[in-house]
Amino acid sequence: MKAGIVVFPGINRERDIAIALERASGRKPRMIWHRETDLQSLDLIVIPGGFSYGDYLRCGAMAAQSPVMESIRAHAARGGHVLGVCNGFQILAEAQLLPGALLRNASLRFLSMDCHLRVERTDTDFTAHYQRGQVIRAPLAHGDGNYFADDATLDRLEGEGLVAFRYVEPDGAATAKANRNGSARNIAGILSPNRRIMGLMPHPEDLVDPLMGGTDGAPLFEGISAALGSDRPAA
Amino acid sequence: MKAVVTVMLKAGVLDPQGKAIGQALAHLGFAGVGEVRAGKVIELELAETDPVAAKNAAESMARKLLANTVIESFRVDLS
Repeated sequence: MKAGIVVFPGINRERDIAIALERASGRKPRMIWHRETDLQSLDLIVIPGGFSYGDYLRCGAMAAQSPVMESIRAHAARGGHVLGVCNGFQILAEAQLLPGALLRNASLRFLSMDCHLRVERTDTDFTAHYQRGQVIRAPLAHGDGNYFADDATLDRLEGEGLVAFRYVEPDGAATAKANRNGSARNIAGILSPNRRIMGLMPHPEDLVDPLMGGTDGAPLFEGISAALGSDRPAA
Repeated sequence: MKAVVTVMLKAGVLDPQGKAIGQALAHLGFAGVGEVRAGKVIELELAETDPVAAKNAAESMARKLLANTVIESFRVDLS
């Protein structure tokens, strides 16, 4: 798997993503500066978390208009895989590569804590190494993660099975309490209709090594790496 | 010519910032304040001198960048 990580000014989670990808695939991902436009050779493009362009205007609004985004659009149009985490999800939504928008957290508080996610479908390259309905732990670190879309869009996402992860209690129940940022229908992550673009607010890359306190995020990177061709020699 | 673009969250989109401002006003003793909504104002100095063309240009900028029409509505005023 040839993976690239997009680096906008103000992004700060690119090295965490790189560690997660390299652990899973055995290959160092390429860092892509936001002015680069040649992404032809890549299988997977990851847009990491952070505060691109200082979150000016709206989170992700400036990044969505930057030169690299046209190449990411072309990559997506070729059927390429794209993963957006946290600010990366906000950027994908602003670029309209995924529907809806991320509003200010309903509590107005920045959330820095672990949450529990329920894996809603496993027939995607991003989630194939999880079990359907499995509850995993993932850290949250955002001020604007309140997923919003109009009812017609939400119904379409649900109807087409494009909700990847939902905020739940540790026992898997999708309660209002577990939905700390106020997202519509507890949605934490969504997929494009071809299931090759995924955006999510929590940070699976922060739990990929026992030294980080857990490995619940590792199957995501192992799954996508296996789907796109792992370079790691068979054990 | 100056164009003033006012961007507001659409009706029906939760505005926790507006709510917090409303609560703070009540706390300060200002009675009789109903719903509070917070938005933003963006002023544009435009070289264009024709009002119709200037308004069209500002609306195009609002649709493309200044507002996210999934969640926000906008209004353009010229001055």
